[in-house]
Amino acid sequence: MGKFFEVINRVLIANEGWKVILSGLGKTVEIALFAIVIGTVLGCLFALMKISTIKPLRWFANLYTTIIRGIPMVTQLMIFGFVIFSGKNEILVASLAFGINSGAYCTEIFRAGIQGVDKGQMEAGRSLGLSYSQTLWKIILPQAIKAVLPTYTSEFIALIKETSVASFIAVTDLTKAGDMIRNATYNPWVPLFTVALIYLAMTLGLEKVFSRLERRLAKSDRG
Amino acid sequence: MIEVKNLSKSFGDNMVLNGITETIQKGEKVVVIGPSGSGKSTFLRCLNLLETPTGGEIWFEGKNITAKGVDIDAVRCKMGMVFQHFNLFPHLTVMQNITLAPVTLKRQTKAEAEQNARRLLERIGLADKADVYPGSISGGQKQRIAIVRALAMNPDVILFDEPTSALDPEMVGEVLEVMRELADEGMTMVVVTHEMGFAREVGTRVLFMDGGVIVEQNEPNEFFSHPQNPRLKDFLSKVL
Repeated sequence: MGKFFEVINRVLIANEGWKVILSGLGKTVEIALFAIVIGTVLGCLFALMKISTIKPLRWFANLYTTIIRGIPMVTQLMIFGFVIFSGKNEILVASLAFGINSGAYCTEIFRAGIQGVDKGQMEAGRSLGLSYSQTLWKIILPQAIKAVLPTYTSEFIALIKETSVASFIAVTDLTKAGDMIRNATYNPWVPLFTVALIYLAMTLGLEKVFSRLERRLAKSDRG
Repeated sequence: MIEVKNLSKSFGDNMVLNGITETIQKGEKVVVIGPSGSGKSTFLRCLNLLETPTGGEIWFEGKNITAKGVDIDAVRCKMGMVFQHFNLFPHLTVMQNITLAPVTLKRQTKAEAEQNARRLLERIGLADKADVYPGSISGGQKQRIAIVRALAMNPDVILFDEPTSALDPEMVGEVLEVMRELADEGMTMVVVTHEMGFAREVGTRVLFMDGGVIVEQNEPNEFFSHPQNPRLKDFLSKVL
């Protein structure tokens, strides 16, 4: 047992490996948060375009989701990092790349949620004299949000895990931090399991937060 | 009040309404009956343009509402609708269901709308349900609240699309009772229904639709006791 702590001390504490990990964690969180905000905004926008009656908007939204969902994340990330925004702040570039990617998946999640609301709800709203957009905002979207929350949570969690490839464009994220300590100390299991535990803590924490939110939103189902 | 001129509607190649011309006067309670697929629901849904007619015109209170550039939302404020499946908003309380439209459309302040809603709920004996969500009340209660929700906009006419068809039998009566009271107060009503008793007692005129046209119509007594058209005779022999 003493040996165990000795190794941990050597790998994480003595050479200040924990600082590397902490800084990597900071970058991972930063990228994931920026990306989910960008992705959510894009998702709302493009989902509304997808259900719109205006053909060019639908066409454009379909183009977006088709292209983004058809190309691997790492390839997109490298195109962003080395072609489109070559030489720019890599954290911002990574946030943008992950955000635009996540936006395509959010689009599909939100579209399915909106279209999953019973058609009678739109008819009831319109029959009362509410306009299309009033009905959408006050009646359709609140129900859609509740319905998509579980899938949206999974998207957020998937996004956090996906940011682990950010080092492809030279971001020292959490995964890269673990890898650097492994290289420097010749000990693979301490840094990698530490990193793994941190990811697990983040995803589990998020799940908890969202399931509480879900329960609160579900109150109208119980009456 | 409502004038329908040569109304037609098709879904693709399927002709559902085949040239309907009909006038509904203020205060009338017009009951529309007919076999399923006869176009009676489509006819009703064309009146407030939930379905867009493929041909013909609909005039409401002296205005052609099928003309281009008409503010259909303003027209619908005066034309309530009650649906077969209630379509209450499940994420809102009963009170919010009723007040949403008048408040959003700035017809009433929130306080006025709530006061009005309470008065309406009291009338149908559901004042205690104001703050619950639709998920926890019965079908009959839902439909009565849906009627009240339509009433809250002070419409000039209410369209009923098979209002009791999705109800358990023991709840049909309470909904028909509310409709009967509305009729007694002079509300103009157009009702698509299979409730022949209601048609006979409350209707001022009964229309029989089949194959996308109005085959026969009359005041209820004459309509049910002396049907002329063989298709109506056949239909009545099956449902009565």
